Amino acid sequence: MSINQTIYIPLFAVSVLFFCYSCYQRLQLISLGTSENRTDRAGARFAKMLTYAFAQKRVVQRPFGLNHSLLFWAFLLLALANGEFLLEGLFPSVSLALLPTPLHYGLAYVFDAVSLLTLACVTIAFARRLFFAPDYLGNEYSSPRSGEALLILGMIASLMIAFFMLHGAQIALGEAAASRPISALFGKVFASLSVASLESVALASWWVHAVVLLVFMNVLPRSKHMHILTAIPNTYLCSLEQPNTQLREIFEKGQRFGVGAVEHFSWKDLLDSLTCTECGRCQDVCPAHITGKPLNPRRIVHDIKVNLMANGPTLKDGFSGELPMIAEEQGEGTSSEEALWSCTTCGACVNVCPVLIEQMPKIVKMRRHLVQERAEFPEELLTFFENAEQRSNPWGMAPADRGKWSSLLGERPFSVDKTEYLFFVGCAGAFDTRAKQVSVAVATIMDQAGITWGMFGKEEVCCGDSLRRLGNEYVFDKMAKANVEMFIEKGVSKIVTACPHCFSTLKNDYRQYGLELEVIHHTELIEKLIQDGKLKLPRNAELGKTIFHDSCYLGRHNDTYNAPRNVIKAATGNAPAEFGRSRENGFCCGAGGGRMWMEELTGERINRNRVSEALEQKPDTLCVSCPYCMTMMEDGLKDLGNEQVQVKDVAEVVAEALMPKQ
Amino acid sequence: MLVISCIKQVPDTTQVKIDPVTNTLIREGIPFIMNPYDTHALEESLRLRDEYGVRSVALSMGPPNAEATLRKACAVGVDDAILISDRCFGGADTLATSCALSAAIERLSQDDNLAIVFCGKQTIDGDTAQVGPGIASRLSLHQLTLVDRIEHLDLDQRTIQVRRKLEGRYEIVEAPLPVMITVVREINQPRYPTVPMRLAAEEIEVKTWDNSVLKLDVETVGLKGSPTWVSKIFSPDRDQGEIIGDGVTDPEGTAQLLIDKLLSKDLLAV
Ligand code: SF4
Ligand code: SF4
Repeated sequence: MSINQTIYIPLFAVSVLFFCYSCYQRLQLISLGTSENRTDRAGARFAKMLTYAFAQKRVVQRPFGLNHSLLFWAFLLLALANGEFLLEGLFPSVSLALLPTPLHYGLAYVFDAVSLLTLACVTIAFARRLFFAPDYLGNEYSSPRSGEALLILGMIASLMIAFFMLHGAQIALGEAAASRPISALFGKVFASLSVASLESVALASWWVHAVVLLVFMNVLPRSKHMHILTAIPNTYLCSLEQPNTQLREIFEKGQRFGVGAVEHFSWKDLLDSLTCTECGRCQDVCPAHITGKPLNPRRIVHDIKVNLMANGPTLKDGFSGELPMIAEEQGEGTSSEEALWSCTTCGACVNVCPVLIEQMPKIVKMRRHLVQERAEFPEELLTFFENAEQRSNPWGMAPADRGKWSSLLGERPFSVDKTEYLFFVGCAGAFDTRAKQVSVAVATIMDQAGITWGMFGKEEVCCGDSLRRLGNEYVFDKMAKANVEMFIEKGVSKIVTACPHCFSTLKNDYRQYGLELEVIHHTELIEKLIQDGKLKLPRNAELGKTIFHDSCYLGRHNDTYNAPRNVIKAATGNAPAEFGRSRENGFCCGAGGGRMWMEELTGERINRNRVSEALEQKPDTLCVSCPYCMTMMEDGLKDLGNEQVQVKDVAEVVAEALMPKQ
Repeated sequence: MLVISCIKQVPDTTQVKIDPVTNTLIREGIPFIMNPYDTHALEESLRLRDEYGVRSVALSMGPPNAEATLRKACAVGVDDAILISDRCFGGADTLATSCALSAAIERLSQDDNLAIVFCGKQTIDGDTAQVGPGIASRLSLHQLTLVDRIEHLDLDQRTIQVRRKLEGRYEIVEAPLPVMITVVREINQPRYPTVPMRLAAEEIEVKTWDNSVLKLDVETVGLKGSPTWVSKIFSPDRDQGEIIGDGVTDPEGTAQLLIDKLLSKDLLAV
């Protein structure tokens, strides 16, 4: 078979040049972003890339993920076959046949088998998109049956078929070795054809394969299949922060605060937007989206991409773009303010994305802009911001009353040589009626176990969690500095908190302020005390059937899943029942990300959704580990008119097991 | 055209306690805030500035540390902030305060045409609601108190129409400029400072005017110019209440009992 090189060589050259040009254009767009260091700790990055890109850890967690993962591996192998194919067109003498025969035959066999596998996977993918696509694959701007997706699958299928026909005809002609089992089958079918017909079949198949391959290569950078090129680097460049805490801002004149236009995002944010595979998994787990809010994390990422594409050309020329990144109304390429304010920062999206896209941090960045540059936010936050700044607690209670909850326990000041732990009570624990009972339970448990602890009392100030998640970084920054200074001044080295928000903020966010302390959540402390035999539980707490709700900031953000469960088991004699969505897949109560201080007017209430899920298991006691979850679960139960189920913090469960039997 | 907002730095009274023994305010460690009603006066002056392009100036009388409160006014964008501060102004009651503020306003209106002086309806530490009207009398301004809405402002014709929020009714009043307006909370939602504005406010110079500027007769200012003397501060004794009825077994009957009781004490009207 001889290829007409006067046609092929120019075609090949144009395709490659165009492909390079498309990639260059995309790189230029990415380079519009602000700087961010994502190349440190190469070892850790490499490990992430192996786990998430090559081992496809998250991809395979869903049905059909395996299908994708097989396709991925097949692609890598077939890249070799296709490389050889393209080269052979340029230099007809270059071919696998140059290799030692066993290797040549071996490779030919593998390529043939893998092509069959690919064809099977593509057929399944096709059928899935056409006949049993999951809901989350589509949304208002994209359908599972989108032309683009089907086109790509169609192209892959035709590549495989052309590949088999080409080699089949060559085998029938006696030009190729018969070490290709599938192609050989095609060869058998073609056996009756004349030599001339066989040659035309081979030639036609070759050209089909070549043209489709070159077109495919050029479709990639211009479609969501860009992820074929970017997913692997994207996993390498991912955030190594666990949890994904927002970066600090520098408060100096002339600085910009937050992200108000697409070019304010970092280059990595922009790379994320071009990497999104539109798999819809983040949309499927987002509590805001599920309950009918206008937020969809996939949409956030998609809108950044659309905005970048639309504004890119003018931005490259040094002008600002026309399409707004944030506006009151949502539009393609524009996120709505309501969407941004709907996020509970639960982290479910970040945790599920197969290519490690960081959706939630982008939302916080845009909130920062709204709060700090525009002073635009839902009305109810004004009171919250002022209370937090002026009185250092969300309710605007008198700071002097912070220590009052412990009046029955006597004075318990922290002092570096007399107390081991600082009990950082937190605003809820100090002021919220229900959470105060939890504070007492935690204190009682520590006393029983002989732990020495003290607190700052009226000197304690808010940790600033909600402020930070709401984008009020300026006030958060002041609070964090004040707290860190106080911890250092008082010589604190170990902190126990009764709130996952304080816990995560002190432990993770404050690290950015140079504070590395041992911070422990009360459920972890109690677990340790029971394990070490320091805390003896004389009886089982009689709370009927229990079920445990994971707090996002304890669970997903800090990977603490077992401690609360083990403690409940130790205190009641039975392991708690599990929600359908639990642990990594836990569903937010609706209060994180500062949503605690905001109205929830659109769609179903998130806490209602969660409480209904609990009630499916018919529990007697719903256990929580967070004061916000406590409020949300209690409110949700009231909302549903349920008066039988009680909500208890894990510490209260333990305190009950400590009480003498009546 | 000039619009002035008078703001006062007050102790955060939710945090102020009265020492039961000495009957004095325990002010130690209590943070100062901008009098909440004044935040609305300030906002209204800024709103008019944004809408009509008038000059918005914030004015405060107090000790040197009251500069912090004026800085907050700068952070939301006033064009100028002036602190009236002098040892001899200390200990002023509402009369002496309104005299000093009036002198400053008079001075400001020498270079600019005064349209409106905004004050909060009262302060949360003194609760007298006298300083605004005091300024109006000293300067012969028309006084419009308890305003919850500016209905109409005509800077050319120099007239203003406002709505006053009174108990159980509203009153629409018209007056020629210049006027003194005291505002209630409902008039607006104060703006939140942006970070760039806050950072800029840190560098703004808050002008301080002492008596060498105002040149007031020292007998009319400060403690000397204050006819009011505080003889005693105390928290009133509260009578021990009583428990009536039983809300658990008989909620309706108990509610009725409560209503009767309130009616008998003239605390409820039918
Ligand atoms: S963090 Fe949670 S609420 Fe926010 S976008 Fe992601 S999944 Fe949705
Ligand atoms: S952001 Fe990630 S999880 Fe969401 S649709 Fe894109 S690839 Fe899928």
